[in-house]
Amino acid sequence: MASIDVTVIWACMIGFAVFAYVVMDGFDLGIGILFPGLKAGEERDQAMNSIAPVWDGNETWLVFGGGGLMAVFPLAYAIILPATYPLIIAMLLGLVFRGVAFEFRWRDPGHRKFWDIAFTLGSVIAALSQGITLGALLQGIRVEDDAYAGGWLDWLSPFSLLTGVSVLLGYGLLGATWLIWKTEGTAQAHARRMAFRLGIATFAALAAVSLATPFLHIDYWRRWFELPQVLLTAQVPVLTVICAGIFFQSLAKGHERMPFLMALILFLLGFVGLGISMFPYAVPQAVTIWDAAAPRASQIFLLAGAVVIVPMILAYTGWAYRVFRGKAGIEGYH
Amino acid sequence: MLARIQFAFTVSFHFIFPAISIGLASFLAVLEGLWLKTGKGVYANLFRYWLKIFAVVFGMGVVSGVVLSYQFGTNWSEFSYRAGPIIGPLMGYEVMTAFFLEAGFLGVMLFGINKVGRRLHFFATCMVALGTLISATWILSVNSWMQTPAGYAINDAGQFVPAGSWWPIVFNPSFPYRLVHTVLAAFLTTAFIVGAVGAWHLLKDRTNPGARKMFSMAMWMAALVTPLQIVAGDQHGLNTLEHQPVKVLAMEGDYQPSPEGAPLILFGFPDSEEARVRYEVAIPKLGSLILKHDFDAPLPGLIDFPRDQWPPVPIVFWSFRIMVGLGFAMLAIGLWSLVTRWRGTLYDSRWMHRAAVVMGPSGLVAVIAGWVTTEVGRQPFTVYGLMRTAESHSPLAAPAVAASLIAFVVVYFFVFGAGIYYLLRLMSKPPQRGEALLANQPHRAAGITPASGVDAASSKGG
Repeated sequence: MASIDVTVIWACMIGFAVFAYVVMDGFDLGIGILFPGLKAGEERDQAMNSIAPVWDGNETWLVFGGGGLMAVFPLAYAIILPATYPLIIAMLLGLVFRGVAFEFRWRDPGHRKFWDIAFTLGSVIAALSQGITLGALLQGIRVEDDAYAGGWLDWLSPFSLLTGVSVLLGYGLLGATWLIWKTEGTAQAHARRMAFRLGIATFAALAAVSLATPFLHIDYWRRWFELPQVLLTAQVPVLTVICAGIFFQSLAKGHERMPFLMALILFLLGFVGLGISMFPYAVPQAVTIWDAAAPRASQIFLLAGAVVIVPMILAYTGWAYRVFRGKAGIEGYH
Repeated sequence: MLARIQFAFTVSFHFIFPAISIGLASFLAVLEGLWLKTGKGVYANLFRYWLKIFAVVFGMGVVSGVVLSYQFGTNWSEFSYRAGPIIGPLMGYEVMTAFFLEAGFLGVMLFGINKVGRRLHFFATCMVALGTLISATWILSVNSWMQTPAGYAINDAGQFVPAGSWWPIVFNPSFPYRLVHTVLAAFLTTAFIVGAVGAWHLLKDRTNPGARKMFSMAMWMAALVTPLQIVAGDQHGLNTLEHQPVKVLAMEGDYQPSPEGAPLILFGFPDSEEARVRYEVAIPKLGSLILKHDFDAPLPGLIDFPRDQWPPVPIVFWSFRIMVGLGFAMLAIGLWSLVTRWRGTLYDSRWMHRAAVVMGPSGLVAVIAGWVTTEVGRQPFTVYGLMRTAESHSPLAAPAVAASLIAFVVVYFFVFGAGIYYLLRLMSKPPQRGEALLANQPHRAAGITPASGVDAASSKGG
């Protein structure tokens, strides 16, 4: 056991939870972002039907990421959250609004317009705050004596706004490609057009973030541009370009699942890129995962359960998705 | 202080929803089980009636719960850093074993009855109910550890770390009492809401079979569980006296020691400045009987403990009386229902129905009062006796916390106000024979009736 570094395993686990959250809640937040572009009535009902049974499980990964961070990297949790305080609060309030909109919009047709707006606004705010939080993390957080030492608007910068918009576009892309898969008729045609535009915008945003990141810190620069590691890291942008090619081709050919799959792979590549930039820091340039780690006993205690339970969660989550496989339709599930 | 208000505010809001959803999920599982077993349509109708209500409650519980899991970090970062190694893994287990279970099967429970068949659907309902109970178990373990910490050591960085085995941490001294007391409270809360809704519809139409059935079931719960709860509360009180004497003394308003048996103070106004209860109405010796099960047992007073370890006595004193008072009112309703049942007038006693309607929110009020008693009673500590609340918060500027507090208050009143309005509207409709599966859900919205499978199944028995 001693030769295995539990902390690294946990860093991967938290990374996995965050990734699972980003792509799963990403596509249902994306639906919210795209909602104003869909026609009221049939198109919106289809879109809502396609995520109603699963959004709740998707969002649970956010709780797992937060809870896991507190359990195994309490120092990182205690630094990052106060540093991005207004963002986190905005995200939570956004999630409150959009979460209740799922229930309320069906129950109150008189105010459906209002709850549709709440659904969109909540989703946009949540996506933006998550993106800006990512930017704030990458650009670094001021830490003194193991505690956050900055003001309450330190997170605001051109770079963090750029990452905010990028995540917003990316979630929109996930949402649009999900709709291509799960809807039919005009909603699907509509989603195709949106996916095309969002695809271009997302790749542009990804390029911009990738180019800006190495200028934030010399350490990022070294990782991405110095030999020999550039031979490894360069694979990420190369694969991204290939992914983009397949994405647009499948969209043009009218494939239904491939665009969503490519959007997922795009997120995965972006995620690997972030991992390359950040590892082994939990708070970039300030706190490594080993500094932030909880005592070994805490990490092992939770890991023992996670090894057994997480595969079970994935299994029944997969089953739930299977139950609702196929087109969402306007008439609900039969 | 602002952080404290914000946390108290969001926690009390959140707490309402799990309190209902724990009881309601089990109630739904029972209803569906009875439906499967007896084939009687009345159970299917009630199941669908309460499922709609459950969906709204659960949605609000989820969103307010997500807020909490991050507030530990935003507002209580110092606490999270120091106590994280202990309570973090427990909360991690809560997420892994309970939240995913609830969320994963909720979709099937709400939307899947025509997709998976009745047995598998019943399984999904049971999993959701089980999830709510597992969740309660872990979170009460966390809360109890903060009340009666055990099995910990403190490392060089001042963090609480596990001292060896996790068993003493999970099963800390007050955990079993707290768990039983809280779960019973959740069941009672639901029973009184269900009972009030049933009674309301009985007042309008005595013959409605759904209203009769739900009222009868709720009153059985009230009659059987309330006495159990009073016993559990008494046991919990003994446990608290052992581990948190200051809290119990504040609850009782016992400032002065009573070497020859403490009185039971029924009413009065605690005054911590003068260390006495003004205008008290008390019964001699009864306090000792309740706390020590002995008339003459001596009890210490608050003045035996350092002044800076006292909680705000009046709040604890009054919230405790509200909880206990409501508990006995519930007992009265339960006994009354037994009398009318025995006389065969359960569905005809108008006064009893009116009383049940009035008592509808009593469980919720009692749960919040009880929670205030135990949490405020723990002050001035977050980890009892070890870490003070004043040392627990984040390094944040006051304006940031104030602004977010205002945002929370506005949003919560708006969103949950709307939610409660929708809940009351759902409850004000009498249960129908052909209760639709989630009216206004997708199927209906598009103007197409739901699949015939369910209706056929229920009308066969009904």
